[in-house]
Amino acid sequence: MSRYDPTEAGAISVEALHMTMRFGDFTALDNVSMTIRAGTFHALLGENGAGKSTLVKCIMGFYHATEGELLVDGRQAVMTDPKMAQTLRLGMVYQHFTLVPSLTAAENLVISRADTPAVIDWRSERRRLDAFMAGMPFSVPLDQPVSRLAAGEKQKLEILKQLYLGNRFLILDEPTSVLTPGEADEVLSHVRALTTASEITVLMITHKFREVSAFADEVSILRRGKYVGGGKVGEMSVEEMSRAMMGEAPVVSDRGRATTVKKPLLELRGVTAKDRTGLHNIEIDDVTLNSGEILGIAGVSGNGQMELMEILTGQRRLTGGEIRVNGASYSATRREARAHQIRYLPEEPLRNACAPRMSVAENLAFRMFDASADGGTIFWKNAGAIARNADDLIAGFNVKTTSPAARIAALSGGNVQRAVLGRELTGAVKALIVSNPCFGLDFAAVSSIRDRLIEARNNGTAILLISEDLDEILELSDRVLVMSEGRVTFETPIETADIAEIGQHMAGHG
Amino acid sequence: MDQVEIGLWGVPLAILGGAIRVSTPFIFVSLGECLTERSGRINLGLEGTLVFGAMSGYAVAYESGNPFVGVLAAALAGACFGLLHGWICKFKGVNDIAVGIAMMLFGMGLAFFFGKPYIQPQAPDLPAFNLGWWSDIPQLRAALQVNVLFIAGGLLAVAMAWMFRSTRVGLIVRVVGDSTDAARAMGLSPDRVRLLATGAGGALAGIGGAYLSLYYPGSWTEGVSSGQGLMAIALVIFARWNPINCFWAALLFGGAGALGPALQSVGVSEGYYLFFAAPYVLTLGLLILTSSPDRAMQGAPLELSLTK
Repeated sequence: MSRYDPTEAGAISVEALHMTMRFGDFTALDNVSMTIRAGTFHALLGENGAGKSTLVKCIMGFYHATEGELLVDGRQAVMTDPKMAQTLRLGMVYQHFTLVPSLTAAENLVISRADTPAVIDWRSERRRLDAFMAGMPFSVPLDQPVSRLAAGEKQKLEILKQLYLGNRFLILDEPTSVLTPGEADEVLSHVRALTTASEITVLMITHKFREVSAFADEVSILRRGKYVGGGKVGEMSVEEMSRAMMGEAPVVSDRGRATTVKKPLLELRGVTAKDRTGLHNIEIDDVTLNSGEILGIAGVSGNGQMELMEILTGQRRLTGGEIRVNGASYSATRREARAHQIRYLPEEPLRNACAPRMSVAENLAFRMFDASADGGTIFWKNAGAIARNADDLIAGFNVKTTSPAARIAALSGGNVQRAVLGRELTGAVKALIVSNPCFGLDFAAVSSIRDRLIEARNNGTAILLISEDLDEILELSDRVLVMSEGRVTFETPIETADIAEIGQHMAGHG
Repeated sequence: MDQVEIGLWGVPLAILGGAIRVSTPFIFVSLGECLTERSGRINLGLEGTLVFGAMSGYAVAYESGNPFVGVLAAALAGACFGLLHGWICKFKGVNDIAVGIAMMLFGMGLAFFFGKPYIQPQAPDLPAFNLGWWSDIPQLRAALQVNVLFIAGGLLAVAMAWMFRSTRVGLIVRVVGDSTDAARAMGLSPDRVRLLATGAGGALAGIGGAYLSLYYPGSWTEGVSSGQGLMAIALVIFARWNPINCFWAALLFGGAGALGPALQSVGVSEGYYLFFAAPYVLTLGLLILTSSPDRAMQGAPLELSLTK
């Protein structure tokens, strides 16, 4: 077997042959074969749990495939560990950034190299970095700590890092999930230019058909660990791809919108607060949430949406302004939330709205365990009422759990989300404040959560939907606000909403 | 030398001299803790390491007749304590703060046990430089008696700042302290880096201890430390994990520690014990003033259990 010469330039191909990966009884990957030809932009489609990440982890040497083999550049490769992938010039950009936040971009690049000198001569390193950057299609500020870079810049830096390391085969794991549509197009078109020039080969994990159609040459689709289709992107329609991915054409729920009475319920007037870093201000001048509407708040992650959620849940101190509910001042205490019937579904509810080690039944009782029938509080816990409440919600919201006594942490993400949503929607609810309710869920779970939100809206509940998923905002909202750098910079009713215009406001170019 | 009457000027002078004398152990312990914390681990055991360093340094200096051999022995003993802490913390489910408290009590107990025979004898002192030779005023000359370790500490602070910026080792420590995942993805072993950083931090705390018994106050007693090892941890937070800031913060704390004796020397004896509490009040005050209910601590290594 001839040794691979790592100094060779140019894109390389990767072939997976009959890859099978078993974890105990569970087969995560079942006899998958696919070819990623050199210099192509290859998309890997699949739902959550379809085996996409198992496949790429086998390619990168994090897992050892139970069966099957891997050809890199036409030669057989035994991926013993991730370092092997590095010597073969395979690199991966993870969904969660692996840059070190407090180091500058330059420091991140230099330390990631295998041959970092013991004493770094920054002047000559900078010269070499500048020369490297000059040959790249995009650049990022090198002297800023990575924590100060925008998400798009971080994503670019991750890709630059792989090129700086000399990798010729890149795996991108949902690279656009944190970017605005504009940023996503920019990054992907640069990546595409690199593949067209045969500098690199790219395998992109995604679930966005739009990106597949616009940028990829070829596509492979996985479902439940099996290869279920693929080929040239030009020869496949979106319907074919989605059918292969989900097993059947997605059920388009009509989600009828009833005409509702819209009355102002919750108002934010001149609200100011500090952001997470304490360096910037959140300033919400004038936002009104009406009953019977879904008010969507769009924006790129990190533009103050998290802080807005914290302001509304009473977790962040106001430095000015006030929140009013039904005309009365509101500071989100448990008593006030109960009196005004305001409920919350924060993002990552297992972490932010559950006690993970307590049972499903106990978690479902958080809103009612201390409430008596007449609206007061009770001292002794009413086990019967808690059990009845749990049974109702588990049945009503289709929560799949082995028993109400199981720990809530043992449930899958979609079931936790439904359980918490069920808890928050019990009884009379005037307003529901939701943040990224469908993040990381599969299609069926997403669809059922969205149905519930529309149903609540039709019943007259006011819903404030904070989401980084613009498609979700456009699908559900009656009105859309855009947040950028801590302010609401744009408002439009859904009838006149234009995705390009919203994208520009999200990117801060209003 | 005759005392020259310089009135109230004696107070700032005495504070300056005191700051240099008192701050030296703070410099070493805080630089050691700074290194350990930048790697993402906190070692609360440095108070025990300091006391054991004071004892072992004094004992070895007495037996060998050379104070520098004593300092070396203290550094070695401190490194052993640090490595032990780092090794225990490697295991899953072990909390570095709890281990630190255990190590603190262990170090002090061990020092008292082995140190009993060395309470009486007199070991050789560390040398000092007379930077006040140009002056006729004895108070000024006294204040500018600068010990070797103070100068070494100052140089060390600069060297450590340079290390964090411009060496591979320094960047690796920062990577590990900021993101265990990123470090693993780079093929680094976070546990190993933290073990070595804790060991090196322990060695520095040991040197700080040797200073206590070999220069100021200059003898081994069980009360040789007045909590410098613990206060240095607060000092690192105040210094925002920056070695140069650690040096200045140590001087500030040293100056606060010298306030009581300085006022006493000009005859202010009112509230004597209150002034002696100045460093502790300063610790509390600074931590409150530099904290914020709204934002995360700036500059804190992200893997630190203290700030997580």
